Amino acid sequence: MLLSLRVSGTATLSAALTAIPFGAIIGLREFPGRRLLINVINTLMGLPPVVVGLVVYLLLSSRGWLGPLNLLYTPTAMIIAQLVMCVPIVAGITISSVRSVEKRVVDSAKTMGATTWQISWTILSEARTGLLTAVITAFGAAISEVGAIMIVGGNIQYYTRALTTAIVLQTRMGEFGLALALGIILLALSFAVNLVLTHLQLREVR
Amino acid sequence: MKHLLEVRGISKEYPTKPALRNVSFTIERGRTLGIIGPSGSGKTTLLRLTNLLETPTSGEIIFDGTSLSRADEVKVRRRMTMVFQNPVVFKRSVYENVAYGLRIRREKEDNVRKRVKEALDMVGLAGFERRAATTLSGGEAQRVVLARAIVVEPELLLLDEPTANLDPANVTLMENVISTINKTKGTTIIMATHTMFQAERLTDEAGFLLEGELVEMGETKEVFGKPKDPRTRAFIKGEMVY
Repeated sequence: MLLSLRVSGTATLSAALTAIPFGAIIGLREFPGRRLLINVINTLMGLPPVVVGLVVYLLLSSRGWLGPLNLLYTPTAMIIAQLVMCVPIVAGITISSVRSVEKRVVDSAKTMGATTWQISWTILSEARTGLLTAVITAFGAAISEVGAIMIVGGNIQYYTRALTTAIVLQTRMGEFGLALALGIILLALSFAVNLVLTHLQLREVR
Repeated sequence: MKHLLEVRGISKEYPTKPALRNVSFTIERGRTLGIIGPSGSGKTTLLRLTNLLETPTSGEIIFDGTSLSRADEVKVRRRMTMVFQNPVVFKRSVYENVAYGLRIRREKEDNVRKRVKEALDMVGLAGFERRAATTLSGGEAQRVVLARAIVVEPELLLLDEPTANLDPANVTLMENVISTINKTKGTTIIMATHTMFQAERLTDEAGFLLEGELVEMGETKEVFGKPKDPRTRAFIKGEMVY
């Protein structure tokens, strides 16, 4: 359980730290190819975890570019796979939330004498409900995902076995009771994390 | 007396229609100017050009001796603020909304506290500090916006029909605040309005804008009492169809 939380938590947090600024830039700036980039990101939001797992596996395997790092079948590999999955989700939702901030709000910030940076910061602050949605969605996708971490983590007991991969294993062994119990724990865990995030989100809306 | 603002032959064209045609006027420091005219006559465009939210197609605007086309827009905007027709509040508390301009100018915290309190007292919103600004009524929200605009003590205050959508009690309150800051702080004010009575109550000078053209401009009393142009006369008498 702790492994699931650590892997998905780290992946979500890293995704938020990289993809929110990235998404904000795409949402706020005009540049050639922007529309195409947004389309690509939106497509990647629905990336099948198994495909992500496969690609990360190929990269990390001994013949892959990142093979020398010896990361395959480690929790780090699992984090990398989930990070790859979460980045487009966070970036995509960030872009749409930033773009939905009304022009008159931006004008108000301008007329008060805000610099470009201060205007961007104000827009992010106005879009914060959407940014939290991005984090909630990414975490939900990460914690419930099984395909990618199974491939790159290997489901090794006490090392890379997360809740979802344990459920798969127990089901295959016919231990349905245990599998169901793990499923309930997974739901409870997800519920607890979302409770905190949603509390933050609603407090902001008020 | 030195002109605070000089508008020289400003024209602005939008893809569909011209918004302003060769408009020129000056305003001196500490004066109040009312821009009157029917909806769509270019009042908003004129204010937005002054606030550098848009750029003119031709002509230039000179603010305190410097042409806006060559000025640093953030520096200019820190000397003037604008209030829009529909109140736009940030998704923050009333206090943080009013403090916004002071925070981006990196004012010290005790100074922020003092000035926000003064501004809220002035617009009759003392005690509203912790309310979420997005939950306020239209009138209250517009008063927050006015407080946010005056708390930074701008040299020039641009008001775009600030009371157009408010009830009479809020209109009176807003007008009192506008008049007070002009008298006590010497703030120069340009105010767009489609009601002549408001212009009469609040402004020293008035300009009549019609279809992007500045038809007539002068002392408010003169413009209303003895309009020179027949179109101004028609507008004042309420005979103008638009």
